[in-house]
Amino acid sequence: MIVELGHYALILALMLALLQSTVPLVGAARRNLAWMTLGRSTAVAQFLLIAFAFAALINAYVTSDFSVANVAENSSVEKPLLYQITGVWGNHEGSMILWVFILSLFGAAVAWFGNNLPPALRARALAVQGMIGTGFLLFILLTSDPFRRLVPAPLEGQGLNPVLQDPGLAFHPPFLYLGYVGFSVAFSFAVAALIEGRVDAAWARWVRPWTLAAWCALTIGIAMGSWWAYYTLGWGGWWFWDPVENASFMPWLAGTALLHSAIVVEKRDALKSWTILLAIVTFSLSLIGTFLVRSGVLTSVHAFAVDPARGSFILLLLVIAIGGSLALYAWRAPQLKGGGLFAPISREGALVLNNLLLCTGCATVFLGTLYPLFSDAIGGPKLSVGFPFFDRTFVPLMVPVLVAVAAGPLLAWKRGDLRGALQRLWLALAGSALVVLAGLYVTAGGPMLAVLGLGLAAWVFLGAAVEWSERVRLGRAPLADSIRRARTMPRAAHGMTLAHIGLAVTVAGIAASAWQQERIEVVRPGGTVALAGYVLRLDEVGKQPGPNFTADRADITVSRKGETIAVMHPEKRFFPLQQMSTSMTAIHTNLLADLYVALGDSDGKGGWTLRAYWKPLVPWIWIGAVLMSGGGIVSLSDRRWRIGIAARARAARAAQPAE
Amino acid sequence: MIRKRRRLIAVLAGLGMLGLATGLVLSAFSDNLVFFYSPTDLKEKPAPRGRELRIGGLVEAASLRHESDGKTVEFRVTDGKSDVPVTYSGALPDLFREGQGVVVEGKLDNAGAFRADTVLAKHDERYMPREVVEALKKSGHWQEGAAQPQGEAQR
Repeated sequence: MIVELGHYALILALMLALLQSTVPLVGAARRNLAWMTLGRSTAVAQFLLIAFAFAALINAYVTSDFSVANVAENSSVEKPLLYQITGVWGNHEGSMILWVFILSLFGAAVAWFGNNLPPALRARALAVQGMIGTGFLLFILLTSDPFRRLVPAPLEGQGLNPVLQDPGLAFHPPFLYLGYVGFSVAFSFAVAALIEGRVDAAWARWVRPWTLAAWCALTIGIAMGSWWAYYTLGWGGWWFWDPVENASFMPWLAGTALLHSAIVVEKRDALKSWTILLAIVTFSLSLIGTFLVRSGVLTSVHAFAVDPARGSFILLLLVIAIGGSLALYAWRAPQLKGGGLFAPISREGALVLNNLLLCTGCATVFLGTLYPLFSDAIGGPKLSVGFPFFDRTFVPLMVPVLVAVAAGPLLAWKRGDLRGALQRLWLALAGSALVVLAGLYVTAGGPMLAVLGLGLAAWVFLGAAVEWSERVRLGRAPLADSIRRARTMPRAAHGMTLAHIGLAVTVAGIAASAWQQERIEVVRPGGTVALAGYVLRLDEVGKQPGPNFTADRADITVSRKGETIAVMHPEKRFFPLQQMSTSMTAIHTNLLADLYVALGDSDGKGGWTLRAYWKPLVPWIWIGAVLMSGGGIVSLSDRRWRIGIAARARAARAAQPAE
Repeated sequence: MIRKRRRLIAVLAGLGMLGLATGLVLSAFSDNLVFFYSPTDLKEKPAPRGRELRIGGLVEAASLRHESDGKTVEFRVTDGKSDVPVTYSGALPDLFREGQGVVVEGKLDNAGAFRADTVLAKHDERYMPREVVEALKKSGHWQEGAAQPQGEAQR
């Protein structure tokens, strides 16, 4: 019964979405306030309906209702409760419900928090949200209905893919989707602004927090996916340039560019049409990402079962959404008036450089990801683009970004003084030169590029630190004065510093991976493996039962200079229902380096294959991502974004007599 | 006037960036495209030695042998018509099994054996790499529905 109600709620939501995508739009054109405000109620009602449908599906999973085909195919009774719930989005149909759920959440948030928006802009933005909702609800109802019944109902489900039974992966999709779908708000506002023909600082002040929120979630989502790959795949790789990873990385790159260009719109009233274009491109890349993952056109470790009908439907949605918005852009963008002028060497100039490089980098990733598809489509040879391609195109483009990221914030708006900025950066320059020299000395003849990478990380870190201390006049004013300055400084400034430091930390972690060491050996109980100054002794391998698996669990004692440091327990788990095994690696970290051990196969004669790695600075990759996201959150807490403040400030200013 | 000049600088910077990217892409494309071969393709039109390529097919039943060093394995990849011997040193993915679809990436050595540096098996046991399906279809050894989930087959 609840299942049917859930299905019915989805259909109702579709009707509301149709209403929302037309009535407010007409209302805005005719200046009919009642029609315009309809969008707010439908957005909230749509959210409640989809939330109900989502809850109904979760309920079916938790109660193991195998008369629902989707539950029977993807869940089982003896699975732990947490994974029964997260299993909802571990499959195609459920993950699409999550997608529209988050979409409607954002729509409702615009309706709730949009009190100080001009009613016409809000109505149009909500109408665009309604159109996106219509497309995806149709997609779910026509091609991927999660509520389809199965007759007769089996007694036991087929279970979740064991690889997905993991905390890292359980929460990876929601964060990723919060990011993907969050960019839809920027998209809707961009399209609304194009219809309206007006983009101003207030528009940017509205779009920025939404973009920032989406970007924070996407950063965390990507980091979680990479962290999961790191500790489950058993050899410690954390990024594969896999098409699906690229699919999430491209919107991230475009979104990062959008964040930065929206600053220029807000502060300087320039780069308007470029920012609008970026907002369209960012969400388009999110849609393409969804298409790549869901249609199965690309061979990837992530692809769910292939269904051509779904692929063509999403492709159609893509063509309408991307083609339509770009056509609107081509038609209306020339009417957007350009704003403030600026010299090439200026804060704006630096942000333009950041945008150009990020977008070019994004384009190379796009090309590398889609070229095999393209070659196949035109009947060319079957091929794939290996990761060396990305190392040789994307990485060189990011080097100037990192060089500029330290200098940009020190330049003044409008016309900057590059020499002055570089003079203030002498400390950062000296520091990073020191890092490079020390690196060359210690690793004599070692990987040169990695040493330079560490130098770049030091440059970005010190650059951010110098900029922050300049702002609070650290060391130039009394300490109490500096503290007061730090406290009164806008939170967004602290956020930027934190995010840039996070970037530096991630870059250091990536660069240092060149020094990893590995050992793969067959060891009998009592035997040892020596690695990077540590001694790993395999004590024993025993059987251990889990909730829905049995595990071979090893006890490995780690010692250094005769002193025991840790006991590690890598496992190999076997899931009888799915007839599959997975590895649980054991990781011992001191935040400067990871010891990473995976248990391989038994040789049948009492020996076990052990794979052990020493990975310097690798945790920094994810610590940096968390810092970047944290920077975004700090920035989001800035007073300026809070509801009503900007409007009140404007009203107060307007009330004053003209200057 | 000044607005135009600034626009020109911006356009030139953009074009420069585009040129740089094109250069990087072309230089990287020339030796980082990895072509896909089925075992039969490999027999019929010999692939260049010493170049990265991918081979897809099924792991031949009872062909997997572990060397005594614990990390080197040998197996044969087949499309039902022809097969290729593969050696690989490293960790096999959890889903690697005899009779299952696999894609290996690496180089041919002079003896005609394939030295893989990457072995890809899917993390979904229901899913067969698309290239493998097509290679099997071409060699006539594809059974319709073989890689479909059971739930799909019931429909």
